[in-house]
Amino acid sequence: MNRKEKPHAKIELRRISRVFFTRKVVLFGFIVIVIFIFTALFPFLLTPYDPYRQQLEETLRPPSAKHLLGTDAIGRDTYTRIIYGARTSLVTGVFATFLAASFGMAMGLLAGFYGGITGTAIMRFTDAIMCFPPILSALVISGLLGAGLRNVVIAIGVTLLPAYCRLMYAQTITVKENDYVLAARSLGATNLRIMLRHVLPNCFPPLIVLITMNMGTAILSEAGLSFLGVGIKPPLPAWGAMVSEGYLYLRSHPVLSFAPGLAIMLVVFAFNMVGDGLRDALDPRLRGRI
Amino acid sequence: MTGYIVRRLIQAFFILILVTLLIFFIMRILPGDPIYMYLTMMEAQRISEKDLMALKKQFGLDKPMIIQYVNWIRGLTHGDMGTSILNRDSVGKEIKKRLPRTAYLGLLALIISAAVGIPAGIISATRRATWLDNLVTTIANCGITVPIFWLGIVFIYIFGLYLKWLPVQGYTSPFDNFWLSLKQAILPVLCLATMPTAGIMRQTRSSTLEVLRQDYVRTAWAKGLREPAIIRVHVLKNALIPVVTLIGLTVRVVFGGSVLVETVFNIPGIGRMTVEGILSQDYPVVQGALLIISITVLLANLLVDLSYGWLDPRVKYE
Repeated sequence: MNRKEKPHAKIELRRISRVFFTRKVVLFGFIVIVIFIFTALFPFLLTPYDPYRQQLEETLRPPSAKHLLGTDAIGRDTYTRIIYGARTSLVTGVFATFLAASFGMAMGLLAGFYGGITGTAIMRFTDAIMCFPPILSALVISGLLGAGLRNVVIAIGVTLLPAYCRLMYAQTITVKENDYVLAARSLGATNLRIMLRHVLPNCFPPLIVLITMNMGTAILSEAGLSFLGVGIKPPLPAWGAMVSEGYLYLRSHPVLSFAPGLAIMLVVFAFNMVGDGLRDALDPRLRGRI
Repeated sequence: MTGYIVRRLIQAFFILILVTLLIFFIMRILPGDPIYMYLTMMEAQRISEKDLMALKKQFGLDKPMIIQYVNWIRGLTHGDMGTSILNRDSVGKEIKKRLPRTAYLGLLALIISAAVGIPAGIISATRRATWLDNLVTTIANCGITVPIFWLGIVFIYIFGLYLKWLPVQGYTSPFDNFWLSLKQAILPVLCLATMPTAGIMRQTRSSTLEVLRQDYVRTAWAKGLREPAIIRVHVLKNALIPVVTLIGLTVRVVFGGSVLVETVFNIPGIGRMTVEGILSQDYPVVQGALLIISITVLLANLLVDLSYGWLDPRVKYE
């Protein structure tokens, strides 16, 4: 970008941030995400306890000044485990989304650019993936690979992949018909260069929105998998698994499953609202489509 | 139109073949051997190599993968979905028993989500930026983000344990005991309907807003038509096209939800069956469940595509 364009970019950025922060609920979501990331990075600043430490003389304590949300069946502090669980959720969200976005975009780009049999094969493959409910395919993949953070990331990544593939495919087939692509080609640009310089930048607004929203979806899926027992392996603190463990003591200690569930909802809500806000700010035409 | 239907059916058939390939090979490429799972339950150490081979042979697991696939498909065409490795029940029979339960709850959830979501979305769009719109939007935004398994647990606590209005768990067929069945269905159906309702509300709201901006709606106002007539005649039909697509996709969401909801409420449906199959690495059970679910989803999508022509004559069947 040359110097002349800079003021324009600045104005554009200011407009985007103004639209973005207009809605109070978007601002709320933004603050929640900032807190969430801070919690995931520095959990030890927010709680004096160790999330793994079992105190068998203090099991199933009700909420008190010492244990804000009480303790679980083997005497671990619930509040501390929720705080540390943020890290598990953030890691799953970031890596699963990154995995899905990078592979999905590459696939969509190839399918759209080369078309033909390659394109058909790739797109029909994503159609086939989309015949399965996402949580179900994640359940099967994660269940077969075995529980654990890495496998959960892979499983959720696969379920998120088709959306990126389709987005890139749709963008590529429109962009590639443009005259400036022809011009670039006549100047001797390689396929790779055309894809990276002309096709990719056109997809950024919807992509950023999709990535933000998928962070929430991934966190929600991870919670579901951990709830079913094929997600995060204990004792690593994970919100979904905490809901499941707490379910056993629902009658006497509802807070054990209520509190982590609220944390899931709050964070997923925040990502969705920020995604909404970004969509309105970056590309209002997408309203109702993503 | 006929040509389009035929083409669409052929396309669906190819996707179906891809789906079976995907199911079959993913189940085999990923690690885990069902025979060992079976053996740990029957004292794995004591079994000899010969018996192991015999067992593998019995379940057809000794043959090359391609042959196993062909055998599976051949069985399917005869209505044989294989036998469960764990308890040796016929998978087809088990699915026949369980699918109606999931379908019953899922259909109720679908009906509720359309019946609540569409009117709420329209009200919210026509009363934009009022307290009513804010309320609907907030509820919808919460609905698409709430973890439904957690919502189920909260419902169980409030309505089952605290207020004692509804039974906590289980499933009864409506033909055996209608009232008990209805009472048991309320909470799971509410959970299943939450996300679709919210999704339909949001989609209806945004597409209605889109249509309300069109010139022909302004013309209708200028002609002096009343609001209900404008909404019914001019807005609804156009605004509902994307909503119908979403309802088609919702079948997938409801099946996905049933995996979680059936676990929370202890309902012996097809979702629970898949979870149990995965946890015990029972290949035929998981394969069968995945196949039935994906076929249903595929059919729902097909139905939606075909309904476009009826809803929107502009859609050209290319």
